[in-house]
Amino acid sequence: MRHRTPTLPPAAANTTTEDAMGPLIEAHQLHKTFGEITAVDGISLTVQRGEVLGFLGPNGAGKSTTMKMITGFLEPDSGWATICGHNIHEAPKLAKSMLGYVPEGAPSYSEMTTRAFLGFIAEIRGFRGEEIKKRICDAAEKTGLEPVLDQTIETLSKGYKRRVGVAQAILHDPPVLVMDEPTDGLDPNQKHHVRELIKAMAADKAIIISTHILEEVEAVCSRAVVINRGAIVADGTAEDLLRRIRHHGAVSIRVPTDRSDAALRLLMDAKFVAGVETLGSANGHLHIRALPRGAGLDPADVAALLHAQHIPIDELYIERGRLDDVFRQITTSDDQKRKTKGEGAANA
Amino acid sequence: MRDTFDNAWIIAKREFRAYFATPLAIVFLTIFVALTGAFAFYIGGFFDRGQADLAPFFAYHPWLYLLLVPAVAMRLWAEERKSGTIELLMTLPISPMEAILGKFLAAWAFIGFALVLTFPMWITVNALGDPDNGVILTSYLGSFLMAGAFLAIGSFVSAMTKNQVIAFILAATIAFLFTMSGFELVQNSVKAWLPEVVTQAISSMSILSHFERITRGVLEAPTLVYFLSMITFFLFATGIAVDQKKAE
Repeated sequence: MRHRTPTLPPAAANTTTEDAMGPLIEAHQLHKTFGEITAVDGISLTVQRGEVLGFLGPNGAGKSTTMKMITGFLEPDSGWATICGHNIHEAPKLAKSMLGYVPEGAPSYSEMTTRAFLGFIAEIRGFRGEEIKKRICDAAEKTGLEPVLDQTIETLSKGYKRRVGVAQAILHDPPVLVMDEPTDGLDPNQKHHVRELIKAMAADKAIIISTHILEEVEAVCSRAVVINRGAIVADGTAEDLLRRIRHHGAVSIRVPTDRSDAALRLLMDAKFVAGVETLGSANGHLHIRALPRGAGLDPADVAALLHAQHIPIDELYIERGRLDDVFRQITTSDDQKRKTKGEGAANA
Repeated sequence: MRDTFDNAWIIAKREFRAYFATPLAIVFLTIFVALTGAFAFYIGGFFDRGQADLAPFFAYHPWLYLLLVPAVAMRLWAEERKSGTIELLMTLPISPMEAILGKFLAAWAFIGFALVLTFPMWITVNALGDPDNGVILTSYLGSFLMAGAFLAIGSFVSAMTKNQVIAFILAATIAFLFTMSGFELVQNSVKAWLPEVVTQAISSMSILSHFERITRGVLEAPTLVYFLSMITFFLFATGIAVDQKKAE
């Protein structure tokens, strides 16, 4: 087996804590294949202190594999990852000591009590004596585990089990947290609780969470990275991602069906409208969407335009688009492109 | 180095307690003590021989271990992989070798504990006669070392598969081959197509012949080296297996 001693590069030897300037998490050109399948195909990312990075992608896109390489569970075929400047494969103990990780499904030793399990993790993390008790209390309090501290983990509900996984990861107050779907299987209250916890810790940590719940990205993440087929296809804030959608900033209105033709004509002729779509009618009203031209569409302009012709507006709002749509658009258009490319190559 | 020992010790403590958290411990210990006794009295003819020694007791240990030790070893890594806790364990600030050593030591200590529980045999034989307690002590030591060799094999096999039943059967089979490697069953099948040197080497790997030497009261360096190198070899093999298979 490869048994490397955790030696430090000379430059890093003096900064055993962490480099205040550099990113706390850095991954460079990670590649991983399993047999024929390319799971991760050149992913690079950096996460600074204070950032919560949402890691999105369809199932099988390579999210978990990437996280496993960043946390040192898997060795990449090529590329590298660092935690607080320490290479996870060259100085694994040091890097892992600065990392809290909730693997997919938040596994734990089910025959142990919550207290014993957290005690074991604390001891491995180098705490001794009274400090262990203090750490267990802290982590249990933050994750709401106090009522079940003396229950064996296998008797706990899914929500509690998940929180045990989170508790073991934050026990040593690490500068870096990586969580693979931390809210999966939790009820809405528990999800809210975990998100609040993440937000509360965000200021002085670098956090990566993977999720397929897009509302979570808007709720807790300062940045989102979308991956598909092992490569990054989008990277930005939730707002950046939303801007990618065609009808982002469009104005939706409902007008009575009998006046809808007039409304449509007016909007089509207006210079600040790029296009008009009808989204179906209900209860005697037609739902119309006006797409913005250029910088954006002021709903007041739309309202004024229709008011001038005495067309009553039943409802008016700006569309932001939904992250679900962005997600689908990004991940499927990418597939489409590859498909056509593949066919083109086959024809040639 | 101290770090390594600390970490292995923490893992070993957790593992050892885990045996007692389930009925496994009580079932195993009961059966172990009952079977070692039963074999000695009924099959070994403990009373009929009219000798004050524990030879009939120790003679059946290799065969009992073939069944019982893989049962302890099968869960070592297979369970860890099946439940996904291996991902947790391998991302803690410990080296794989510390985890492998810790788990092995816990299992070994558990079997050692089972051996200690057979002390009524020792009391019985001392009450009935005047046995050579030196031979009994070396035999216990030999039995413990043999259990360690079987466990290391089991640890390796357990790291190769997620399936505990497969781990059990494979470990028992490999251990059986090692036990019998000096005897006709194995020798006949290799003599036909392997050079003399190799068959000799295979023969010298026999767990049974080494164990029999110890139970006669002969504790020599080669025997000690043999058992310790078996353990070391299979623990390193476990390391390779864990590294290769952990992600599957």
